[in-house]
Amino acid sequence: MKERAVQNSSRLALYHLWIAFGVFLPAVALGAWQMPMRSPLPAPLDDTNAYYTSVTLHGTAMAYAVTTFFAMGFGYAVTATSLGRPVRGIIAAWIGFVICLIGTVMAVVIVLIGRATVLYTFYPPLLASPWYYFGALLLIGGSMIWVVLMIYNMLIWKRDNPGQPVPLAMFAITATAILWAWAASGVIIELLFVLIPQALGITTRIDVGLGRTLFTVTLHAVVYFWLMPAYIAYYTLAPEAAGGRLYSDTAGRLTFIMLLVFSVPVGLHHVFQDPDIGAGFKFLQSFLTFFVALPTLLTVFSICASLEIAGRARGGRGLLGWLWALPWQEPMVLAVALSLVMLGLGGFGGFINMSYAMNQMVHNTTWVTAHFHLIWGGAVVTMYFAIAYEIWPRITGRPLRSKELARWQLWLWFAGMLIVTIPWHITGLMGMPRRVAAFDYSDPFVAPMGPLVIISAIGGLILLVSAILLIAILVRSHFGEGQLQAPLRYAIAVNPPRAIPASLNGFALWNAILLVLMVFAYGYPIGQFLFLKSSVPAYEVTHTATSGAGP
Amino acid sequence: MADSITNPLGRPVSDGIIPEEEISRTENQWLTVMLSMLGVMMAIIVVTGATQALHPPSNVETIDPTTLHLGGEFAESNLGTAAEPDGSVTVRMIGEQYSFVPQCVQVPVDTPVKFRITSTDVIHGFLLPATNVNTMVVPGFVAEVRTAFSRPGIYESWHVGPGQSRAEGAIPQLESS
Repeated sequence: MKERAVQNSSRLALYHLWIAFGVFLPAVALGAWQMPMRSPLPAPLDDTNAYYTSVTLHGTAMAYAVTTFFAMGFGYAVTATSLGRPVRGIIAAWIGFVICLIGTVMAVVIVLIGRATVLYTFYPPLLASPWYYFGALLLIGGSMIWVVLMIYNMLIWKRDNPGQPVPLAMFAITATAILWAWAASGVIIELLFVLIPQALGITTRIDVGLGRTLFTVTLHAVVYFWLMPAYIAYYTLAPEAAGGRLYSDTAGRLTFIMLLVFSVPVGLHHVFQDPDIGAGFKFLQSFLTFFVALPTLLTVFSICASLEIAGRARGGRGLLGWLWALPWQEPMVLAVALSLVMLGLGGFGGFINMSYAMNQMVHNTTWVTAHFHLIWGGAVVTMYFAIAYEIWPRITGRPLRSKELARWQLWLWFAGMLIVTIPWHITGLMGMPRRVAAFDYSDPFVAPMGPLVIISAIGGLILLVSAILLIAILVRSHFGEGQLQAPLRYAIAVNPPRAIPASLNGFALWNAILLVLMVFAYGYPIGQFLFLKSSVPAYEVTHTATSGAGP
Repeated sequence: MADSITNPLGRPVSDGIIPEEEISRTENQWLTVMLSMLGVMMAIIVVTGATQALHPPSNVETIDPTTLHLGGEFAESNLGTAAEPDGSVTVRMIGEQYSFVPQCVQVPVDTPVKFRITSTDVIHGFLLPATNVNTMVVPGFVAEVRTAFSRPGIYESWHVGPGQSRAEGAIPQLESS
């Protein structure tokens, strides 16, 4: 009976992860097509309408579908393996999976027929078909079942194990789930009260400022929802794969608590150049955004220290000799190094984006596109790959085929992402806007950007090759010969936690603090739209162009 | 919990291989480094923002896009460059699918210039590369940006947003002389 329950938990995780990577590959292919499309090179199917449809699909798939399915699947796997018992509430979990899947299919179909070319940030007063918004709502709403299940599984484990520290991996995935609930609140309210009433014709005007401000509640925190599974792997899987121990369990807990508290009340830094938010709250949230750097800097320190323990235990000597002694043949160890390099480069770009004043130099340029591709498309998905390579053998009972191919895949992705994003950073500083389908490269101002755009398009092809390789490795591993696999093990801290304060073993206090911060940081910026008269007519998106009741 | 992990070389990594005090000490040192880094960066942001006039458009001024053409500040006759009594210049523009009106404006060099831009339809982005002019143009609001052009020349602006590629050939030009 227990055996079957464990198998069911594993199958649950595997189905989620297969959907995530199944969506990932075509989404990468769309991105790889967009690159020559906006370059001086000829592209197949040269059509600017198709470009925006593709950008919308690429963004929606990557930002919502891949990430949400991955986080859910990883969450179920962590619950079962870190607590050492099957996921409780498995039927609800399968219902959530089906709801999310229906939502994803609905949204994708509506975008494909050209009725929702609004980009993944929705862009009101552009208005998509209501079915697109319903699809998004089902995907996001369905994932709330997962949020409840993560909290529920942690709470009943605590009830069954009074006084015991919740395993760090479970603590961290629960933080991820709670963060997602906070983050999603913005977009859910926007869908329910701004976009869907307008799409159904219940309201005649749409408040663009309100919609954008609500979306910023989601817009920054969602990035941390994507990021946290990667951080969980840094803390709990990488030191184990390297043959060492986690430097500090407390640093891990503090990191995930800080990620939860600091990453939500800061979203206004995405709309610094909006005229609908006052200077005071922009400056306040710019200031708060700096604190988001703390958990990341702490993580870099803890992970380097943990890897140093492993390297020295393997015979590494001297100031940096331990680096060479690490088991670089392990995909997880290689992935952490590549991921941290991209996180560092992308992170320093992020400091510029979130700076109240400097943002003006880069807002709406390809610099920003480069930044989030380095962070999510680089640092984060590299860890998704590594997590898949760790988890697949455990779930399927078949060995990874092969570690060498996996290393090739990781290196190709790393190289491709740098070749894509370094030119984008440069063209962004030259003033090249993002979200533009075609440029006149004969224009003397645009001409110098041409060679850089061509280089980045080559990077896009390398990424596509790497994504195909990823799927090939996972499929090969899925259908290989069965062998006994060691269970998934999480890194143990150098000084394992024995008794820890309640504040580091649960989230009640931190949710209360976050609520106060949110009222403080967002109360007025959202509340102002109750008395500002800023509603405007909406513009419905059809497959040929946008049209509406404008003057 | 006391079981030690044996790594591939057979050397155990035992509990407490690094004493807790040592871990606390190094973590506190790193905390000092982190906070100093953030402090320096925050100071740079505040100082550069104040001294180089880098202020995001934050005027929160509403306007009804359906009545723009009926008169008032953004009536057609008021668009373009206007001289102010204090010697500065105000440029009023409207963003619409798929161009800015007027498409070409002239402003003097070394003179304070105030852009006031709004939209009649969807969201547009107004970006003058190599200057500090960069704003979203959100329907329902007037975006106000202040700058001064120190070099004469032609500045090209971009339209940004879905469908904006159709602005080809309609890139507004700003000539400072």
